[in-house]
Amino acid sequence: MAVGVREYSRIREIKGPLLVVEGVSNVAYDEIVEVELATGEKRKGRVLDVMKGIAVVQVFEGTTGITTTGTKVRFLGRPLEIPVSEDMLGRIFNGLGEPIDGGPPIIAEEERDVNGAPLNPAERAYPEDFIQTGVSAIDGMNTLVRGQKLPIFSGSGLPHNKLAAQIARQATVRGEEEEFAVVFAAIGIKYDDFIFFKKFFEETGALDRVAMFVNLADEPAMVRLVTPRAALTLAEYLAFDRDMHVLVILTDMTNYAEALREISAAREEVPGRQGYPGYLYSDLASIYERAGRVKGKKGSITQMPILTMPNDDITHPIPDLTGYITEGQIVLSRELYNKGIYPPINVLMSLSRLMKEGIGPGKTREDHADVSNQLYAAYSRGVELRSLAAVVGEESLSAVDRKYLEFADAFERRFLSQGERENRSIEQTLDLAWEILAILPEEELTNIKEEFIRKYHPKYRKKTTQ
Amino acid sequence: MPVKGRIARISGPLVVAEGMEGAQMFEMVRVGEDKLIGEITRIRGDRAFIQVYESTTGLKPGEPVEGTGAPLSVWLGPGIIGTIYDGVQRPLPLIAEIIAKEAPNRKMFIERGVQVDPIPRDKKWHFKPAVNGGGVHIGDKVEPGDVLGTVPETSLIEHKVMVPPGVRGRLKWIAQEGDYTIEDPIAVVEADGKEIEVKMAHRWPVRIPRPYKKKLEPTLPLITGVRIIDTFFPMAKGGTGAVPGGFGTGKTVTLHSLAQWSDARVVVYIGCGERGNEMTEVLERFPTYKDPWTGKPLMERTILIANTSNMPVAAREASIYVGVTLAEYYRDMGYDVLLVADSTSRWAEALREIAGRLEEMPAEEGYPSYLASRLAEFYERAGRVEALGSPDRHGSVTIVGAVSPPGGDFTEPVTSHTKRFIRVFWALDTKLAYSRHYPAINWILSYSAYVDLVTEWWHKNVDPRWRKYRDEAMEILTRENELQDIVRLVGTESLDERDKLVLETARLLKDGFLKQNAFDPIDAFATPQKQFKLLRMFIDFYQRALELVQHGITVAQIRQAIGRLYVEMVKAKFTIPNDQLEKIDELRERVLKVLDELEARSG
Repeated sequence: MAVGVREYSRIREIKGPLLVVEGVSNVAYDEIVEVELATGEKRKGRVLDVMKGIAVVQVFEGTTGITTTGTKVRFLGRPLEIPVSEDMLGRIFNGLGEPIDGGPPIIAEEERDVNGAPLNPAERAYPEDFIQTGVSAIDGMNTLVRGQKLPIFSGSGLPHNKLAAQIARQATVRGEEEEFAVVFAAIGIKYDDFIFFKKFFEETGALDRVAMFVNLADEPAMVRLVTPRAALTLAEYLAFDRDMHVLVILTDMTNYAEALREISAAREEVPGRQGYPGYLYSDLASIYERAGRVKGKKGSITQMPILTMPNDDITHPIPDLTGYITEGQIVLSRELYNKGIYPPINVLMSLSRLMKEGIGPGKTREDHADVSNQLYAAYSRGVELRSLAAVVGEESLSAVDRKYLEFADAFERRFLSQGERENRSIEQTLDLAWEILAILPEEELTNIKEEFIRKYHPKYRKKTTQ
Repeated sequence: MPVKGRIARISGPLVVAEGMEGAQMFEMVRVGEDKLIGEITRIRGDRAFIQVYESTTGLKPGEPVEGTGAPLSVWLGPGIIGTIYDGVQRPLPLIAEIIAKEAPNRKMFIERGVQVDPIPRDKKWHFKPAVNGGGVHIGDKVEPGDVLGTVPETSLIEHKVMVPPGVRGRLKWIAQEGDYTIEDPIAVVEADGKEIEVKMAHRWPVRIPRPYKKKLEPTLPLITGVRIIDTFFPMAKGGTGAVPGGFGTGKTVTLHSLAQWSDARVVVYIGCGERGNEMTEVLERFPTYKDPWTGKPLMERTILIANTSNMPVAAREASIYVGVTLAEYYRDMGYDVLLVADSTSRWAEALREIAGRLEEMPAEEGYPSYLASRLAEFYERAGRVEALGSPDRHGSVTIVGAVSPPGGDFTEPVTSHTKRFIRVFWALDTKLAYSRHYPAINWILSYSAYVDLVTEWWHKNVDPRWRKYRDEAMEILTRENELQDIVRLVGTESLDERDKLVLETARLLKDGFLKQNAFDPIDAFATPQKQFKLLRMFIDFYQRALELVQHGITVAQIRQAIGRLYVEMVKAKFTIPNDQLEKIDELRERVLKVLDELEARSG
């Protein structure tokens, strides 16, 4: 692609965010474009389709005000690149990676294609370092490990921002002092949400290890297609060239997918489900898969995308396809939220696929896996019985079943529920789990090995300490 | 003379080239200055429509397109086992090595246009000609499939060097035992006065099934060590199956279990549009895990094909065919091969994406109308066969495909069409997964058409009462499912005692038999004997308890009488290892004795 800048001005058609430019030559697929309006205003775009003499250009900032005459289209001869540098930590950028905080320009150590390249599976290293978030529902039952991609599935109005902030503040890898560098991408979110995070990072004194890429709700939608990629390009640089452990927060991926649908519709593509393009899965994967560890490198990228499920519907294409790509999901529940429980994590619907690698002796504690399995089995039975009791009445349940109801309540009120600044160690989390499991008769603990019951069950523990 | 044309249009993974007169349908081509790999999927006039297997970023109209004169093919020969390939048979570690030479800090990324050999050209293999005892002799007439000799490919796989397809004639010369590369001739066959050199490797087009003598009935079970599969919904060697399930229901864990524990001799694992870390997991763990059947590292029987979700979409479509062709090749040597494809939905979506770019008329949910026939063709490449050539060999390809239905909806096109072409259906259930009941295979929705066929094997090798116990357990589970509807209305306390016993036994079966921890060293793999003994323990308990209930003893009394033995029964799966099965019998006898005593006390 080593060709210089070429300028053309024959625009055949403008539709939605697309320009069809005629008379072009030597234009490359995915090349970056600068559009200069008759007014002198400059916008950026990207080549989506190229035929002989014709190029279809997607304009990030939209086509409002563009005219077919007097507009200059410059093909820049390179894909969309952003400068990357360690100095970008502590700075704020727009969705295309240009500084907007009034600070000095970035002295680039290198320019990188925002699309990145797929990580070679043979060069990846499997994630296995336990991250203690201090949140019981996560550490105890949906453990996060370094290099994982674990999204938060939320609904409008639910406290996903608080939870993400709490995780960003509390996340530590035990035995290591080093804090995570945070790359934050705001994708079409409201100004309030942005300010929440900005203030949060300022208050916690973390601002100098945070880089923010911001595209707000009232800014051009097409830029949203670039924002997460720009953020991840920096994250990859910090992790794999600068040996840092990076936590990437992408919020809100629903806005991203909607921008993608908009461009797909403008191109008159055959839609898949609910009007989203058939390639939504591959496209989301090209973002989410940019996480992990690689062999022989110290750094890592841990991704925490946030998305709001339209109508709280987990089968909607956006959460659905996300769940198929990410390594689990943390699902927030409106029902728990309405009960006043924070964090309102629906543990039954949540999952961490990499949990088994991060827990156990030497990492957390030997009883962790069994305790977690038992909590799941018992809580799901409790929830099931709760709905049964609502129909037939508690008195129609057996004595043991009534113990399960008691357990389910204690689980929500004591184990799930915790303060926004409450940072529980994994031992505290597991001991708390044992306390509530002790509500059940011992014969019901069929998922836990006998030796762990003898060692950790409060009943036996008391005896040994007395 | 291969065709040469120029790029006229680029749209995502689709490239249109002009000046392509004489190009063949499905011909493999090299696109652009970087010689990206592509395949022709439609021809109109002098224009060829090409799906490109690498990223098309930066391609320009006017760049050259060269034909190769052959359809997309794979190299077949020693050196395949233990390798991880991309969707078009390029070894991923070699790609990294080549990139490392140019840009060491970009080594972990896959860049475009890297050309590497699928199997090593310089590696020497120890070839042993099959000239003694029933083997071939100089002057013999030889045909495709005849075994000329063997090469120890890994400690587990003896690679059979066969006369390649299309070669027949008199054997004129065969190499002495010794070390050869795949470039060295190891035999010469004379046909029609011409001499043909035979080497250890040859090419085969991926979209054409490899030939065999005849198909056989799949009567041998593929033992997986997963209780719900082997006992309730068995797979047969040479059979076909699908694992559909929403995200988080454990498709991948189930497929990993099959790849890890099943008694197949060769496993082809295709990661088609799935997570990179899942391939890494197999790659890191399998060399250290031992094959439960031979004690050798699992990687010595495994071939990995990885087109992860962020790798180019067109290669996803090809990866399935590359995988099944490799599987057929080892089948032809006489091995039982298991092919797992995770996930066929991503393959179908790749079809849809390409079809959309070709502006083909969509059928259901945007999928092309040929989705069903493509699925049928793929699953039909499974089977237990008598291989071509001599000596006589039986081999099989078992295909298990994961299906990822959007929103977990089994009525969507990929799931519903797949159901028509498979015989085993392991339906994964979101509700079971939510309560961490794994494997989350729903025992009401799942089925296996091989139960009757494999019964004889179980009766001969495990116990002649296997089928009786299995069917009885299935009946209890089905009855429990019906009872749950009633329980939801009236609760459990007002049920008949016999029905309460069904609920109690079903719970035992669910917790003590169906639920299996794939990560527990003892529980992960249950031998057929262990499965039978566990099942027998639960069903004998039920039978005996039923007699007591009919004599007026309540389920609560029974439960109280057996006390902690209940927990022991449930935990037997992970407390009693495969080599101490007599302990299950002891436990069963203790339980039955308690019931005897209870009966005696109640007089």
